[in-house]
Amino acid sequence: MEIGFLLISIIKIVAIIAYLYGLFWAMGHSSKWVKIGGVVLGFAIIQAALSVPIGGSTILNNFDSGLLFQACTMAMVALGLNLIYGFNGQFSLGQWGFYGIGAYTAADITFRWVNGDASGLFVVGIGVILGGIVIWLVGGFLRKYRRVPVLSSFTLYLVGSIIAGAVALFIGKSIAQGLVGMLGTAASPGPLNSPIAMQIVFFLAIVFAGIFAAEISFLFGLPVLSLGSDYFGIATLGFTIVVNVLMVNSDTILPFPEMKGGRGMIGIPKLTTWFWAFLFLLAVIVIMRNIIRSSHGRAILSVREDETAARAMGIDIASTKLFAFVLGSLFAGLGGAVYAHYIGFLSPGTFTFLVGFNPMIIVVFGGLGSMTGTVAASFGWIFFLEGLLRVLLSQMGTEAPTWRFVLYPIALLLLMLLRPQGLLGNIEWGFLKVALVKRTELAQEASETAASG
Amino acid sequence: MQKVSSQPSPVIHEPKASLAWIGQLFLVAVALLALYLVVSNLIKNPILFTQFVVSGLQLGFVYAMIALGYTMVYGIVKLINFAHGDVFMVGAFVSFYAVSRFNLHKWPETAFPGISEGLAVVIGSITVMLLSMIVCVMMAVTIERVAYKPLRDAPRIAALITAIGVSFFLEFFGALNFVFSPRFIPYDRPFEVVAWYIKDGIHRITEGQAPPDNSVTFSNIFIIIVLASILVQFFLQFLVRSTKIGIAMRATSFDKPAARLMGIEVDRVISFTFAVGAAFAGLGGVLYAIAYSSIYTQLGILPGLKAFVAAVLGGIGSIPGAFVGALIMGQAEALTMGYISTPMRDAVAFTILIIVLLVRPTGIFGEPEKEKA
Repeated sequence: MEIGFLLISIIKIVAIIAYLYGLFWAMGHSSKWVKIGGVVLGFAIIQAALSVPIGGSTILNNFDSGLLFQACTMAMVALGLNLIYGFNGQFSLGQWGFYGIGAYTAADITFRWVNGDASGLFVVGIGVILGGIVIWLVGGFLRKYRRVPVLSSFTLYLVGSIIAGAVALFIGKSIAQGLVGMLGTAASPGPLNSPIAMQIVFFLAIVFAGIFAAEISFLFGLPVLSLGSDYFGIATLGFTIVVNVLMVNSDTILPFPEMKGGRGMIGIPKLTTWFWAFLFLLAVIVIMRNIIRSSHGRAILSVREDETAARAMGIDIASTKLFAFVLGSLFAGLGGAVYAHYIGFLSPGTFTFLVGFNPMIIVVFGGLGSMTGTVAASFGWIFFLEGLLRVLLSQMGTEAPTWRFVLYPIALLLLMLLRPQGLLGNIEWGFLKVALVKRTELAQEASETAASG
Repeated sequence: MQKVSSQPSPVIHEPKASLAWIGQLFLVAVALLALYLVVSNLIKNPILFTQFVVSGLQLGFVYAMIALGYTMVYGIVKLINFAHGDVFMVGAFVSFYAVSRFNLHKWPETAFPGISEGLAVVIGSITVMLLSMIVCVMMAVTIERVAYKPLRDAPRIAALITAIGVSFFLEFFGALNFVFSPRFIPYDRPFEVVAWYIKDGIHRITEGQAPPDNSVTFSNIFIIIVLASILVQFFLQFLVRSTKIGIAMRATSFDKPAARLMGIEVDRVISFTFAVGAAFAGLGGVLYAIAYSSIYTQLGILPGLKAFVAAVLGGIGSIPGAFVGALIMGQAEALTMGYISTPMRDAVAFTILIIVLLVRPTGIFGEPEKEKA
């Protein structure tokens, strides 16, 4: 009977992977109509499975849809980490911290909004826009000088960001003051609390939370990325630990009483639907795939392969690393925001660095530098572990989660020893195939050189 | 990679760094702020400050024992041995079982009934520590053989992921009910705690009596930790400077292929290094458990990371550097706990790591790496 759960979860994994294969195939088709039709159909199939009842219950019940959303957010986080570690070669353990920052930021915005306080949205929104402008201005200023030490540029960015934050706090609070009446309270919602307005605020909250995480990662990554591979790993691990400490003390050290510190934040509106999860996952996949196919992506790959050679080719190593790191953190922040509004409850226990090794394990399993592998491994990981947990729960009782953590590292060790390139290796499906140079061009060039020489 | 760019080329004169003063100003501001916090608190209440320094010293000397293992292993195989903190945890647990379950610390009294009480306690406690050290050594050597040796030629990150995996395995395997259980376990000390306070001379605190206000207290645990840590330092200095295996260790750390050509068994030297580091981590674990008298399976993570930061601060690969770095870390942490806020103690450790690596990546005692021809 318990083995049945495991079998069912394996069947689900096979179905999901077939679904992903079909989706990526359709997206990679040359015809525009197949692309659009594939995406719409891909959305509709799951939406139907979630909502259309067949014989009294839907195909995917509440539990399964929960796993699906979790897998979507995990795929976003793991894709971001794969960009940082798999494609750019920077061993980062800070992804979970940015995930947490995204989750708490977005949750705070919508939580305040439904409770009649618009300051969250405006402060964060204006803050990230001003922060972006400041980073752009300071970057332009620094480009006039040559060989600026990291510490100096970091100081300038930090001071600029603090000023931007203070200005945003002031403007945002005064705008929010004027909107108090429009929002109403939780008991009697005002005109700006209608369902459509909520959806817009939700969208903005996710985007702002992602950009906020990205800007934090810019400030953090600027000094830390110059440290070198394993020191960078330890420093980012420290970042995750410090973020978690701040979460536990969010109502004492930080001025956010609504986050309730270690007791966990409750009352976050559950706004995540399949539409939003699918949209953001798709956006992350498309953005990442296009960047990897661009010249930025080739620069990112070349930094991983050989820094000296990349430098000789005229690639700015520091800014390429920073670009990949910031983009990866942006994806993590988006994932966190989507997750917060699915689960409706945030506790610092979700964001400890021990749990934060999950995306790293997924990336290693899926294959470094393989987007298909990462997405498939995220879905497979979540569904398989839940099946395994059910089997273990009946055998081990409350010890099951611990057993899970005993089995992870053994699997990781075996993988590292036997197949370091990941289970799926470098396979890419349909849309995600990266053709850096077309083979025909290469052959033509070779024949030309042969002819001339 | 950075080494290459920082070396001035013989032909082209590199332009001077511009805007360096901004970063220097920032550093000076941070240093002045820290100095202001320390000095103002010292003047405000020197006795409380001294008490924090004493607790910081106790923490620092424990970190010193863990940091030795990090610094030696990193010096030789360039691997951040994540599992080192968990070896430390296992040391604490082994001594817990030896003391609470098997009463190992009482064996001199059972074996030689006429022995004096003080001597029996000393011999019993030393036996417990030795047992922990031996178990830790065996475990570390096994880990090295099973997990790290096959990956010696793999990329460094693969070895680091493996180390993290080993660390996880130890923590969560230990958290199973039939191993150590996931709970916080109160730790029975193998000897009585004796505390003293300093106010108009040194006085002993009798049982149940609170020390008077405005006095600095310390205990025999503090003295034992300080003595043990200093002894370990001298022992290691002797081992590395004056013995044959120490010379082999230094040669291996300097140039592995050349050491192999000179007839040094590199694998054996690496195993030995892991063993020595684990022995001191085990000792540190016992002393940590005695000092803070509560153990659980994730005990080793943060002390391990902080000890690593201490090793980097002192200059990784350098034994006196690890000692000095650990003492600085202990002070930074104790003063942060006292004057800023307790949860920020972890933040301070990693801030120190980042600042050290940016300003002086070789640490206090480290020598700049020589360019390989």
